[in-house]
Amino acid sequence: MTGYVIRRLALIVPTLLLVTIIVFLLVRFIPGDIIELMVAEMSAEGTVTTEITAETVRKALGMDVPVHIQYGKWLGGLFRGDLGNSLWTSRPITQELSLRIPISFELGLLAMITAMLIALPIGVYSAIRQDTTGDYVGRTFAILCISLPGFWLGTMVVVYPSIWWNWSPPLDYIPIVENPLENLKQFIIPAVLMGMVMSGTTMRMTRTMMLEVLRQDYIRTAWSKGLMERVVVVRHAMKNALIPVVTIAAGMLPVLIGGTVVFESIFALPGVGLYMIEALNKRDYPIISGINVIMGMLVLLLNLVVDLTYAWLDPRVRYR
Amino acid sequence: MVEEGAREVWSVAEEVRKKRPLLLDLLVRLVREKPLGTVGAIIVLLLLLTGIFANFLAPYSENEMTLLDRLQPPSGQYFLGTDNLGRDMFSRIIYGARISMYVGLGAATLSTIISTIIGMVSGFLGGKADIIIQRFVDAWICFPPLFVILTVMAIVGPGLLQVILVLGMMQGIGGSRTVRSAVIGIKENVYVEAARSVGSPTSRILLRHILPNIMAPVIIVFTTRMGAAILAEATISFLGFGIPPPTPSWGGMLSGAGRRYMRIAPHMALFPGLALALVVYGINMFGDALRDILDPRLRGGLGRYSGVKRKRAKKYLQESEAN
Repeated sequence: MTGYVIRRLALIVPTLLLVTIIVFLLVRFIPGDIIELMVAEMSAEGTVTTEITAETVRKALGMDVPVHIQYGKWLGGLFRGDLGNSLWTSRPITQELSLRIPISFELGLLAMITAMLIALPIGVYSAIRQDTTGDYVGRTFAILCISLPGFWLGTMVVVYPSIWWNWSPPLDYIPIVENPLENLKQFIIPAVLMGMVMSGTTMRMTRTMMLEVLRQDYIRTAWSKGLMERVVVVRHAMKNALIPVVTIAAGMLPVLIGGTVVFESIFALPGVGLYMIEALNKRDYPIISGINVIMGMLVLLLNLVVDLTYAWLDPRVRYR
Repeated sequence: MVEEGAREVWSVAEEVRKKRPLLLDLLVRLVREKPLGTVGAIIVLLLLLTGIFANFLAPYSENEMTLLDRLQPPSGQYFLGTDNLGRDMFSRIIYGARISMYVGLGAATLSTIISTIIGMVSGFLGGKADIIIQRFVDAWICFPPLFVILTVMAIVGPGLLQVILVLGMMQGIGGSRTVRSAVIGIKENVYVEAARSVGSPTSRILLRHILPNIMAPVIIVFTTRMGAAILAEATISFLGFGIPPPTPSWGGMLSGAGRRYMRIAPHMALFPGLALALVVYGINMFGDALRDILDPRLRGGLGRYSGVKRKRAKKYLQESEAN
C-alpha cells in the first residue's frame, strides 16, 4: 500500500505542473485584435477614469514581461493562494471564488445524489434481468438521459410551468444559512435535472459491472448454496460491482463541474459556472485562468483521493 | 503435411471472406439483432440526408423574414411556427441539421484521428514516451471540458470552423485512452512479434497490423464522439460562444431571442431542442448497437444470468428434448 501511495504521489506532481502550464498557455495567447477590443470595451464602460490603452491592458494581464517570468509570477501567486484581481472590478479572484465554490458544490452534490438514486437501482435491475423487457426499458432510459440536452431540459422547465401554472423558479439566490428550506427549494430542480442528465453513464456502468460480477465463480457458488436472489445480488454481487462504479462516478466530476455552467446560468445561481460565463463575456482573462486552474487541480486531487480509497478497499488494485 | 493444413486453413478463411462483405454483414446483424440500433441508424441516415438536401427540403430559406408573420404558432403554412423575426422554424431546423452534420462529422473525424495517433504511439511505444504522453493526457482530462471549450472559444472567437477544430482537439486528446488500451491489448499478440522478427519497421507494424485490429474501438469512439460533439456545439452555441446568429444552429436557436420570446412563443425553444435530442438519441442508440456487435467480450455468457434470451433458450431445450 505504501509503495502504491508513493507511486501515485510521484505521478501527481508533474501532472499538477502540467495543469498549470496548460492553463497558462491556453489563456496567454490572446490575439492582438482581442486586446484592441478589450480596450474599446473597457473605455466604453466608463468606470475607470484613466485613459486605457493596449499597453495598460497588457500590463494588467501581466503580459509586459517575458513569458517565463509571467509564468513564474503567476505560479508563485497560485501557491500563495493569490489568483490576481478581476480586470473590471479589481476584486480579488480568490475571495470571489471562495464565495461561489460552496454554491456550485451544493448544486453538484445534490445532482450527484440524484444521479446515484436513479442510476444504481435501474442499473442493478437491468443487469439481473438481462434481455427482458425491463432491461430494454432501463437501457433505453439510460441512453435517453445521455442524449437529452441539459440546457434544453432546463429551459423547458422554466418555460412551460410558467405558461401553464404561472409558476417560475425563484431568480434571487437565497443563501443556505439564511433560509435552508427556501434554498433547497431553489436548488432541487436544477439538481434533479442535472442528476438525470448525468445518471445515464453511471447506469450503464452499473449494469456492465454487475453483469461482469454475476458471471464469476463465487456467484455460482452462492447460487448453489441455495441463497435467495436478494442475498446473492445485494450481499455478494453489488459489493464488488459498485466499487468501480464509484470510481467512474468520480471520473465524471469534470463533466459535473462543466454542467454547473449550464444550469447556473439558466436558474441564475451565482456559482462558479455563472462566474465563468460572466468573465468570458467580459473577457476577464485573470478570472478565466483562475477558475480553470482551480477546477483542474481540484479534479486531479479528488481523483487521487478516490484512487487511493479504491486501492484501500480493493487489494487487487495495488498489485497491478 | 504442414503445407496441406495451412492450405486448408487458407481455404476456410477464403470461404468466410467470400461469404459476405464485412459492411453488409454488419448491417444484416444490426437489423436482425438490434431493433433499437436500427432505429438509431435510420435517424442518423435521416440527419445526413436532411443535412445534404436541406436546400430542397426546406419550404423557405433559413433567413427569409416575413415580418408580418412574427411569432406564429405552428400552422398549415408554417409547419413549426415562426420566430421573432418571422423566419420559418421548420426551415431553420432543417438547415440546423446541416450545421449539426458538419459539426458531428467534422469534430468526430478530427478527434478520432487525433485519438488514434496519440493512442497508437503511446500504447505501442510504451516506456518513457508512454509515461510522458500519459501525464499530458492526465492533466488535460482534469479540466471540465465545457470550461476549456468555452475558454478557447472566447479566445479564437465564434464560428463553425472554430467549433469543429476546438471540439475535435478537445475530444481527441481525452479519447486517446480508449485507443491506447486497445493497442496495449493487441501488441502482445504473436503476429506483431512475427512482423517485428521479420524486420518490419514500426510504422508498418502500426499501420498494417495494429490499426486494422483496433478498428472496432475506433469506430465506437467515432460514433460516441459524433453525438457528444453535436450536443457540445449546441450547448456552447446556447451559451453564446459557438456558432453566431443568424446561422441556424439548434443550440443557438434556444439562446438570445429564443429565450426572450419563449413565454409568448414556446415553440421557438421546444422544437430545436426536440430535434437535437432525437438526433443525439439516434446516434447513441446506433453506437450502442454497434458496440454490442463489434465487441466480442459483450456477447452472452453462460448460466443463470446468460445473455441467451429466455425464449430462445426454452426453444432450444424443447428441440433437444424432442430429439
